[in-house]
Amino acid sequence: MANKSTAEKKSVLADVLEGTVNWVDERFPLTSNVKAHLTEYYAPKNFNFWYFFGSLAMLVLVIQIVTGIFLTMHYKPDASPLDGILGNPSVAFASVEYIMRDVPWGYVIRYMHSTGASMFFVVIYLHMFRGIIYSSYRNPRELIWLFGMGIFLALMGEAFFGYLLPWGQMSYWGAQVITSLFGTVPLIGPDLMEWLRGDYLVGDATLNRFFAFHVIALPLVLLGLVTAHLIALHEVGSNNPDGVEIKKTKDKKTGIPLDGIPFHPYYTVKDMVGVVVFLIVFSAIIFFAPEVGGYFLEANNFVPANPLVTPSHIAPTWYFTPYYSILRAVPPIGVSQFPGVVAMGLSVVVFAFLPWLDRGAVKSIRYRGTLYKKWLFAFVVSFLVLGYLGTVPADKFGQFGSWLGKADIATVIARVFTVVYFAFFLLMPWYTKRDKTLPVPERVTG
Amino acid sequence: MKIKNIMKKSLLALILMPSLLLTQLAVANEGVHLDQAPIDASNHDSLQRGARTFINSCLNCHSASFMRYNRLQEIGLTEKQIKDNLLFAGEKVGDTMKVAMNKKEAKAWLGVAPPDLSVEVRARGADWVYTYMRSFYRDDTRPTGWNNVVYDKVAMPHVLYELQGEQSFNHETHELTLTKPGKLSVEEYNTLIGDLTNYMAFMAEPGKQQRNHLGWFVLLFLGVLLVLTYKLKKAYWKDIH
Repeated sequence: MANKSTAEKKSVLADVLEGTVNWVDERFPLTSNVKAHLTEYYAPKNFNFWYFFGSLAMLVLVIQIVTGIFLTMHYKPDASPLDGILGNPSVAFASVEYIMRDVPWGYVIRYMHSTGASMFFVVIYLHMFRGIIYSSYRNPRELIWLFGMGIFLALMGEAFFGYLLPWGQMSYWGAQVITSLFGTVPLIGPDLMEWLRGDYLVGDATLNRFFAFHVIALPLVLLGLVTAHLIALHEVGSNNPDGVEIKKTKDKKTGIPLDGIPFHPYYTVKDMVGVVVFLIVFSAIIFFAPEVGGYFLEANNFVPANPLVTPSHIAPTWYFTPYYSILRAVPPIGVSQFPGVVAMGLSVVVFAFLPWLDRGAVKSIRYRGTLYKKWLFAFVVSFLVLGYLGTVPADKFGQFGSWLGKADIATVIARVFTVVYFAFFLLMPWYTKRDKTLPVPERVTG
Repeated sequence: MKIKNIMKKSLLALILMPSLLLTQLAVANEGVHLDQAPIDASNHDSLQRGARTFINSCLNCHSASFMRYNRLQEIGLTEKQIKDNLLFAGEKVGDTMKVAMNKKEAKAWLGVAPPDLSVEVRARGADWVYTYMRSFYRDDTRPTGWNNVVYDKVAMPHVLYELQGEQSFNHETHELTLTKPGKLSVEEYNTLIGDLTNYMAFMAEPGKQQRNHLGWFVLLFLGVLLVLTYKLKKAYWKDIH
């Protein structure tokens, strides 16, 4: 009796569910979308470690948006001094400390957001590196890569605008330095700089517009680009560690790629493992070392912004330091720092040209020759060295003797690696074509 | 293959880079040796003594305007003890540690308004505060008559000189010597400053202890979740390879 009634109940529930889904499907392509993007989206079965970082980037995006919403409920974009007393920390700085101390669970939300900012770049850099080693940017995936580059640029803007909001010394002087870069543009520079800041110096007007960009303008752009990135990906299908197109060998009856498996459930359950491992690292940082030795939260940013006191050493957060190194390394022409600014801009944008610079016969690094691998290795080393040098003052390692005009050792090293950095891209058409590649298998391996 | 290994290693380095370079401290003074501060967040006696010193000596000029008095309950004081012993000017126990001194006047007297100390330890580090408070020396070229090894030409006079006494600084050997003993012995003064620094470290982030404590439960939960998700993945992927 009891068994029968539960069975009946179940079927009633299933009927209601089915009815509801049908009702929705007649009005909105729900089932067809779930099929197209999850249950009947066939991904190569040989994804490895490197393929976790796409879904992790989505996770971090959600974390940043949700924690950001809660932070906005208590944060105040106001550069005026607390209680109106000159010399007090600003209202903005105080509101961050209010979140850290007086808002229930505020410190967890704030640390999630500040750690999330850095982890976003960790995940995105690894995601981009995956794209590079397996040439995922190449035909027919150029647009996926370009949308991805758009996401990367929007993310850099998001990080830069967000970093001003706590209104600490590094916030203030970082924004002062970066906005002044626009002042180096010939002819229109000074006007451009003033237009960006909304004032002669970084001030309350700057803080409010950066807040607007940070909480609404760029998140909208990001969400739009992420959607385009995924639509383009699901149109052409994912690349894989062998660089083999799985759509070339399909089951003759079903038309399903022989080396493809449905994204859901296979990659959803696999990505869940990646998500938990990521959350373990993420939580370890939040609960035990949220500053990460001054790399995620700089010590100087616990000093309230003071326009009258310039810190002796202004360094951007770690994820900008490779480009910052390039900015510092390029010598000025006369008194103009513009060449450095252009080089810095190029060092970021140059990634977008990869689909057209790579002339290799194969996609995956597994079948590339040693020439390509050597260049890639040189690039990774330059990126890391430039990243490190960007965190330290230029005179950190002292100066060369007069035979080299007493140049800063760190600057000379940065110059050498800046050349290597750009050579990786500019010489790519030559060395990828000349590279002795291995034969690529017909089907994916393992 | 060799290159692949080297690349794998350098990628590991990329991931670990932040933790390998932990030594950098943004506001560290180049070349000045800092003594290690005796920080112990579980030592409530030390924290309470430090709170008393802070409220009696520092809070006359420096505010701690993000720190509420009632958070001192987290270092073992009762609300009554806070009210009876640490509130002097009609503040409420839920108030933040404000200061009566006018910032404009302070600037006129000292050349610079005394900074808020709520997050001083997070800005400069506990070792800096601990060393700074023990490194004042007599310098007649300065308007206040005092200078500091850690912070050259500092505007702040040596407020605790009656306790520590007077030191002189040898610019050649870089050594401090006690020329006129104060009310406390060297050990007693070091303990006093150690307690004060310990308290200021607590004040810089009062929720830190709770955060560290909570972290273990979060990691335990995620550890269990990792086992479950891994088994789930294995179960689903059985038929793939």
